[in-house]
Amino acid sequence: MTKTENKDVVIHIDETLCKRCGFCIEFCNTKVYEADQDGLPLIKNLDQCTNCRLCELRCPDFAIKVEVVNNE
Amino acid sequence: MAVKLSYREYFKEEALPLMWCAGCGNGILLRAITDALADLEIPPHQVVVSTGIGCWGKADDYMKTHGFHGSHGRALAFGTGIKLGNPDLHVIALMGDGDALAIGGNHFIHAARRNIDITAIISNNFTYGMTGGQYSPTTPLSYKTTTSPIGVAEPAFDVCSLSEECGANYVARSTVYHVTQLKRFIAAAIQKKGFNVVEAINTCPTHFGRRNIPGDTVEMMNYVKEISISKSRYEKLDEEEKAKHLVTGELVNRDRPDFLSVYREINPAASETGRGEGK
Ligand SMILES: Cc1ncc(C[n+]2csc(CCOP(=O)(O)OP(=O)(O)O)c2C)c(N)n1
Ligand code: SF4
Ligand code: SF4
Ligand code: SF4
Repeated sequence: MTKTENKDVVIHIDETLCKRCGFCIEFCNTKVYEADQDGLPLIKNLDQCTNCRLCELRCPDFAIKVEVVNNE
Repeated sequence: MAVKLSYREYFKEEALPLMWCAGCGNGILLRAITDALADLEIPPHQVVVSTGIGCWGKADDYMKTHGFHGSHGRALAFGTGIKLGNPDLHVIALMGDGDALAIGGNHFIHAARRNIDITAIISNNFTYGMTGGQYSPTTPLSYKTTTSPIGVAEPAFDVCSLSEECGANYVARSTVYHVTQLKRFIAAAIQKKGFNVVEAINTCPTHFGRRNIPGDTVEMMNYVKEISISKSRYEKLDEEEKAKHLVTGELVNRDRPDFLSVYREINPAASETGRGEGK
């Protein structure tokens, strides 16, 4: 389980569910992810995340959760 | 403010991991359906998912709604019985392209003609995924499959045109790339009375992709993204280019009376539940 936070967004990736299809890495408009050697998405540029949640919706294996943190 | 329902009310999280291959879009389509149901706030016990057989036909294993896992090609036959038995239920038929249009083709055209109140969600991955990648009625002309190693010699069905011609009330096409549009069309189809079809262009990197699209799962998804265009863009293409693309969007939205409404009009003795009271 990778969990990375910035001010507003937390992204969780379940490594055991992820099948390394690469969709999240390729199709994120702001290139938040990079692949590790094995194809697992690493959260590299969380500050660029726009919270569009498309990576979560396009993950075929329900491995990504994009959460908005309420900072009050 | 009312708390919005989550797809988790409809999705069986404890059944993860999904059985499908890496890069198979079935999970994306499943998420879109469960998200649409959550948006509509239809209680799970009022939904029956009727499936045939195939990779997509396994989707009911992952849903908390009622499920009827039928036989290959017959999701609409079972769905018709379920709807007539209890018209208060929302019946959603999940079918692959082979399931809906090859073995189940006859059920499909007559369900549309009858305009029975069922939402048909067709995963079109252009092949028989589960049985190893044979060609289906939607495999594009000249594409390779295990049963057409030098290219299929038959033209493909246009699922949406066929649905329109046969009488469906609502017909829309989207893809597993265009996820927010896909969810919107599914929600519209579920809400609408009559026979409603959403064709989801899907990825099968394992069989269709391997034989036709150089590259990996990402290239399979890029293919789905690139062949799918809006009606306005499609109309500007020449005939040769048109043949390589599919129109996405809401293609039909009309209000032919559905089967049960017509039946009740013709047979006033039929009760509200659709059962004849014999008086
Ligand atoms: C009566 C019958 N005939 C043939 C089969 C074998 N069979 C199982 S799934 C399938 C085709 C699946 O293709 P499709 O409906 O396109 O779904 P996909 O697996 O691609 O999601 C076939 C031919 C069967 N199970 N039952
Ligand atoms: S989209 Fe999902 S399964 Fe695919 S690489 Fe990303 S996290 Fe893994
Ligand atoms: S939420 Fe959107 S911007 Fe953020 S990582 Fe996912 S796809 Fe990229
Ligand atoms: S064979 Fe094709 S349709 Fe079946 S799970 Fe694999 S990718 Fe999906």
